Amino acid sequence: MKKIMKKILFFAIAILSLSACGFNTDNKLSGSGATFPQPYYKIIFKDFTLATSNDVNYNGVGSGGGVRNLKDKTVDFGATDVFLSDDELKEMGSDIIHVPTALGAVVLSYNLDGIKDLRLTAAVVSDIYRGVITQWNDEKIKALNPDVNLPDLKIIPVYRSDGSGTTYVFSDYMSKADENWKNSVGTGKSLKFPAGVGISGKGNPGVAGLVAETKGSIGYLGSEFALAVNMPTALVQNSSGNFIEANSNSISAAANIDMPNDTRIMITNSSNPDAYPISTFTWIIVYKEQGYNNRSEAKAKVLVDLLNYIISDKAQEVAAKTHYAPLSKVAIEKTKVNINSITFDGRPVSAIKIGDDER
Amino acid sequence: MKDKIFKILLLSASCLILLLTAGVIYALISQSISAFSEFGFFGFISSGEWDSQNDVYGALPFITGTLMTAVLALLFCIPFSLSVALFNGEYFRGRKIATVVSSVVDLLAGIPSIVFGLWGFYVLRPVLIDMGVNAQGFGVLLASIVLAIMIIAYASSLSTEFISMVPNELKEGAYSLGATNLEVIRSVSLPTAWSGIFASYILALGRALGETMAVTMLIGNTNNIPQSLADTGNTMASLIANQFGEASGLKLSSLMALGLLLFLITAAINFVAKNVMKFVSR
Repeated sequence: MKKIMKKILFFAIAILSLSACGFNTDNKLSGSGATFPQPYYKIIFKDFTLATSNDVNYNGVGSGGGVRNLKDKTVDFGATDVFLSDDELKEMGSDIIHVPTALGAVVLSYNLDGIKDLRLTAAVVSDIYRGVITQWNDEKIKALNPDVNLPDLKIIPVYRSDGSGTTYVFSDYMSKADENWKNSVGTGKSLKFPAGVGISGKGNPGVAGLVAETKGSIGYLGSEFALAVNMPTALVQNSSGNFIEANSNSISAAANIDMPNDTRIMITNSSNPDAYPISTFTWIIVYKEQGYNNRSEAKAKVLVDLLNYIISDKAQEVAAKTHYAPLSKVAIEKTKVNINSITFDGRPVSAIKIGDDER
Repeated sequence: MKDKIFKILLLSASCLILLLTAGVIYALISQSISAFSEFGFFGFISSGEWDSQNDVYGALPFITGTLMTAVLALLFCIPFSLSVALFNGEYFRGRKIATVVSSVVDLLAGIPSIVFGLWGFYVLRPVLIDMGVNAQGFGVLLASIVLAIMIIAYASSLSTEFISMVPNELKEGAYSLGATNLEVIRSVSLPTAWSGIFASYILALGRALGETMAVTMLIGNTNNIPQSLADTGNTMASLIANQFGEASGLKLSSLMALGLLLFLITAAINFVAKNVMKFVSR
């Protein structure tokens, strides 16, 4: 008995010391936040690790969690689908840099046999989700789709049961484009719909499952999810009156507009005539001053390298391939300036040469 | 010496459990205080609003949804679990068929709730749609039926034990007076085992109250008070699972308060059950 105990103890110590060796905490970056860009981050972080042999660990805990973790300084970067408000920025303690990493969109996916390219406007979507339009063959939907044979079927709107950036982006667009929505439902990470209207599911997979299994349903989904699994999506009328399909080009076009230098902008209802109107940036957020919590200079340098890698052509190509959209030129120009302003103990990190540190 | 060490070990282990429970209760109370002070305890449990935009939260729809699904599930499961218990504990006690049935029922208890959720989603829901319950199938009825199946095992396996524990002398006495099988069950077995059977149903109810995953998949997750069985709704556990990720401030505190309420409801039910058992067995 004693012998066995000794053996177990020995193994436990051996495993502990082994894992301690493997832990190169110094240059290992960790981040957490939005689940929306996670499939994209997974690929580019792996590519970055292969190219530089610096590990990047990312946990999809939701936008709110990412912001909280960065604030608690338990991660090196946070990721969020919703930029920080002025109040939230103040709560963070010191300056925050927003780095847009890609564009995404929220698409309206529906379950109607044999009907492709359904056309919708914000007003009609608003009526559906507020229980005003209840049948697919409603005159208002017919008027938008004269060539489509719409069935006499009850519409079942599907929404997210959990708080999410996807819901925020969707409701931000709806509030901008439809007065009724703005006054009754509003903008937020989770919404309150009239009682008895629709059903809800957890996460994109939950909503997608409900839509796929329920005849006559319509739901809003992250484009990266809906396009990857080839769900039918509606063409949505943009601010110029054009009905636009969500794809890499139309989503990128939404960001081809004037924007503030810190890139904190919701690009929903974009003024660009080719833009898909429910498009959004997704951001990584970091502290502008990296010299906190005894972090090393080398780590700050790796973080800046990672950010520069994300806005490089190579990573942006991955964005397009994984059903996100690459950043517009304007966004990349502004972000470069922002990344260059990151400092370590007051000195710009981009000027630090690797090698003069402990590495 | 060894005895002493063992004693200390046991003592510290049980103290640790007490401390853990106290810690959980403390955390729930301390974090839900801001919700209760904002809305008032009775205001919180009697308000039907759950509105993240205006930061107004009330627990009534979720308390209703939780109690409705759990009690319905209990009602649905009684005929099945009671007959399984009588089958295994009385009629076919000790025979091979009873072992087969009881191990199959025990298997039900071992199936993860997500599997029940999937089954309800893909198999049972289309049946309810065909029956014309409502257009999309989701709702209190669907959730209750699946919950009932999930708790059958809990209710029946304990009841079986209690029914088979009824002293043979009592039953033999009844038989010798010319009682039929049914009469023995009705007037000897069930009354004698009653408190144990009651306890096993309370255990099953507790399980139904806290069930999260399967309910989330089936109830429709709408934050309104269900008006009928066909209506969609939400339960406390399901709402917490859905919304804790992005919650902060008052909303997080309200979710904690919901957790505390769920804890209190379960504790109250256990308390009542224990007292009923005491009362009956006296």
